[in-house]
Amino acid sequence: MMGKFIGKILLVEAVFMVPAMLISLWEREFAAVTAFMWSLGALLVAAGGLSWFGRGSQKKFYAKEGLACVGLSWIAMSLLGCLPFFLSGVMPNYIDALFEIVSGFTTTGASILPAVEDVPRGILYWRSFSHWLGGMGVLVFLLAISSSGGNGFTMHLLRAESPGPNVGKLVPKMRKTATILYLIYILLTVLDVIFLLLGDMPLFEAVCTAFGTVGTGGFGVKNDSMAGYSPYIQNVCTVFMLLCGVNFSCYYLLLVKQVKSVLKDEELRLYLGVVLGSILIIVWNLRGFYATLEETVRHASFQVATIMTTTGFATTDYELWPGLSKAILLSLMILGASAGSTGGGFKCGRALLVAKSLHRSVRQVVHPQKVQVVRLNGHAVDEKILQNTNAYLAAYMIAIILSFLLISVDGFSITSNLSAVLACFNNIGPGFDAVGPTCNYGAYSDFSKIVLTWDMLAGRLEIFPMLILLSRSTWKHR
Amino acid sequence: MKIIIAGNGKMGAALTRQLAAEGDDLTLIDSNLNVLESSEERYDIMVVHGNCASMEVLLQAGVKDADLLIAMAGADEVNLLCCMTAHGLNANIHTIARVCNPEYTNQVYVMRNMFALSMVVNPERQAATEMERLLKYPGFLKRDTFTKGRVEIVELRIDGRSKLKDVALNDMDSIVKCKTLVCAVLRDGKAVAPGGNFVLREGDRIYVTAFTNTLTILLKNLGIVTHKVKRVMLCGGGRVSYYLAKQLQNSGIQVQIVEQNPGRCRQMATMLPSACIIQGDSSSQFLLESEGISGCDALATLTGMDELNMIISLYGIRCGVPQVITKLGHIENTDLLGNLSLGSVISPKELCCNTIVQYVRAMKNQTGAALTVHTIADGQAEAMEFHADEGTRNCGKPLKTLKLKKGVLVVCISKGAKMEIPNGDSYFNVGDIVYVVTGRERTIYQLNDIFE
Repeated sequence: MMGKFIGKILLVEAVFMVPAMLISLWEREFAAVTAFMWSLGALLVAAGGLSWFGRGSQKKFYAKEGLACVGLSWIAMSLLGCLPFFLSGVMPNYIDALFEIVSGFTTTGASILPAVEDVPRGILYWRSFSHWLGGMGVLVFLLAISSSGGNGFTMHLLRAESPGPNVGKLVPKMRKTATILYLIYILLTVLDVIFLLLGDMPLFEAVCTAFGTVGTGGFGVKNDSMAGYSPYIQNVCTVFMLLCGVNFSCYYLLLVKQVKSVLKDEELRLYLGVVLGSILIIVWNLRGFYATLEETVRHASFQVATIMTTTGFATTDYELWPGLSKAILLSLMILGASAGSTGGGFKCGRALLVAKSLHRSVRQVVHPQKVQVVRLNGHAVDEKILQNTNAYLAAYMIAIILSFLLISVDGFSITSNLSAVLACFNNIGPGFDAVGPTCNYGAYSDFSKIVLTWDMLAGRLEIFPMLILLSRSTWKHR
Repeated sequence: MKIIIAGNGKMGAALTRQLAAEGDDLTLIDSNLNVLESSEERYDIMVVHGNCASMEVLLQAGVKDADLLIAMAGADEVNLLCCMTAHGLNANIHTIARVCNPEYTNQVYVMRNMFALSMVVNPERQAATEMERLLKYPGFLKRDTFTKGRVEIVELRIDGRSKLKDVALNDMDSIVKCKTLVCAVLRDGKAVAPGGNFVLREGDRIYVTAFTNTLTILLKNLGIVTHKVKRVMLCGGGRVSYYLAKQLQNSGIQVQIVEQNPGRCRQMATMLPSACIIQGDSSSQFLLESEGISGCDALATLTGMDELNMIISLYGIRCGVPQVITKLGHIENTDLLGNLSLGSVISPKELCCNTIVQYVRAMKNQTGAALTVHTIADGQAEAMEFHADEGTRNCGKPLKTLKLKKGVLVVCISKGAKMEIPNGDSYFNVGDIVYVVTGRERTIYQLNDIFE
């Protein structure tokens, strides 16, 4: 059953690789075309083999299988998805290629490429498209196109792949829920492309940039990321990044005309509040840094949006900004976007729950006998969700500290190492110092790249699907 | 179809299982988060946590564009309020309420009009009616009747002394000497659609289509000696017990009820003046013995605990009670019971579920929906009754020339007053009633669905 499922995922990936190959063919990049052909072959063979092995199995899906399935699918997808990079010779090192594609699928946008503009266009398209596919989740896509046959196991898949502490369906049928999510996603992408085209961006660049923006990924097609584009294009990107950092169920509620509950949504308010507050403080902090106020506001809002939604584009080198602004950006890296969005990070919703339960614990000291209920949007939050959220915080901290220790072997500065781990784990991309917006991850050793690759996957899938693969009891038969 | 199920108890869960398999859009409301979560993980449904009678919760569950609300909460009053509120919020919604308090039974029809309910279900009462019908024809494990009560599917168990043991189905007619058709056999917990060469074995449970007026002949020729039921012992004094006792009393049958709770005993004694109410533990063999269990014509175990019911039934069978009926609340594990002889097994939940599924299917197809739906063979097969109308294909063609879907069996055709157990040359015309049995894996919504 699991084999069959992963086989289907690989098949979906193969289908999506075809457009990239066609682009290469159109651009007459024959090395890339051959690489795509071989990769497609490998994907089809792997998909066929997995389905063949899993054909007779009628094993049922429970929580464990759901989580493990998501983790394994993403790993399988990445191991084969990086083949075009490797085979075309763009990245001669397989680990580099793996790092790059995982960075794509997890919408991190951390790159090891020093010069993007020399890369064949088909490869660039595949690199940007991986953001789009990974942003909403490939399993969610599979749920939208295949019928689940009245089973509830798909709930485990949605929970494991969609970010957030409390994932629920929008409508009773899983297939419809997944379809609605993807329709909203596609609509946002198309709108973004149209607005970028209006700013005189070439079609290829507009599509790739839209994939990077809407998936909150951050792979650009230019060496200087977004810095060379007109202020209009930069502003369009800011707006769409912010839009995609909002919980997608808010858009569904808007579509079914429940405007009131959207306006009252505490997570949305926190998200927008933090965005606005950060922009204001940074603008104040940057006074005199740029020539005009317009430029200051534009760069400040772009950088806040790109870091908060964990996209990772850059219009300016924030490395040169004053300390306060950099500190704010570092904090935003950890906070991240909203639950149920395409962004990464710890998630505003989760931060809200952690803060509320902390507040409760403090009050409990004053009135030890007091019975207190944590509320979100006026509804009581189940204790189990609070417990999971706190456990997530612990797992998050431990994973970050361990990775930080592991990659410190390479001998870069503390700032570089910490920000590299944070930027990868929270799926942002650029960090500070050696991995700042003008640099890349190419300097790290292969070992560190593998650690960071694991971090990106763990951050995108919210730790547990990756942790469960490391647990021995997962592999025992029961 | 968009359906809201309020209350995720035993009934609600059984309904969810059924309707989710039929592909409806289900939203479940309950105030217990744990049961909701386990349902959400098993079926493709949405859940809403809260009180199902509150307007806010109903709105959250999408009552505004739902087609049907099924209120299955524990309390009748909550169910009624839930349906009324839903109706107030959405005038077009159909509502089904479970009302099972005996004090309301007489006013059910009035309430239905007053509160604009589409249907009122009472699983306990339905189960009691079913049991009473079984007691009228002792010998069958289960009887499923179709409209007008002229055709039935009866369940028989082949035991060591049965005349049908080791008999091929082709030779069955010469033994029973009346027209019958075996439409399903349950062997080792699996239902099979038997062919003519199928040989029956000990331990099989067979489902036989027969005309109601030939049931006596069938029993006689099978050598099942029956005597009229005069004295019945009921273990447990719940609602099923009350309804059954009431109905049995009306047909002049003596009823003895064993119930442990003294308060409930007093209540029962007040409501059923001519019944003999005994206060005591019905799991005590001494008590049952001293109350004359061996002399009873029938025993029905109706306590709230399945395990207890099963044990008392086993004991009753060993004491030689000719007719034993066991009530089971959880029907999911019945394949474990295959080889236990518990007499007739009746599940109020399953009966009620069938009624509601029938209603839902009828709502989906305004014309051509099944008139009756019964689940047989431990829920592995369905028996349905259809009206052949102008839209039905293949009218007038002999059955042997038709390509039916795999596992579909036409078990009876009723042409006005004439009934027919079909063979290859039989056919049906517009206006006839066709009875079909099919495996559970394929759902038949309309008569046309049986053709390839």
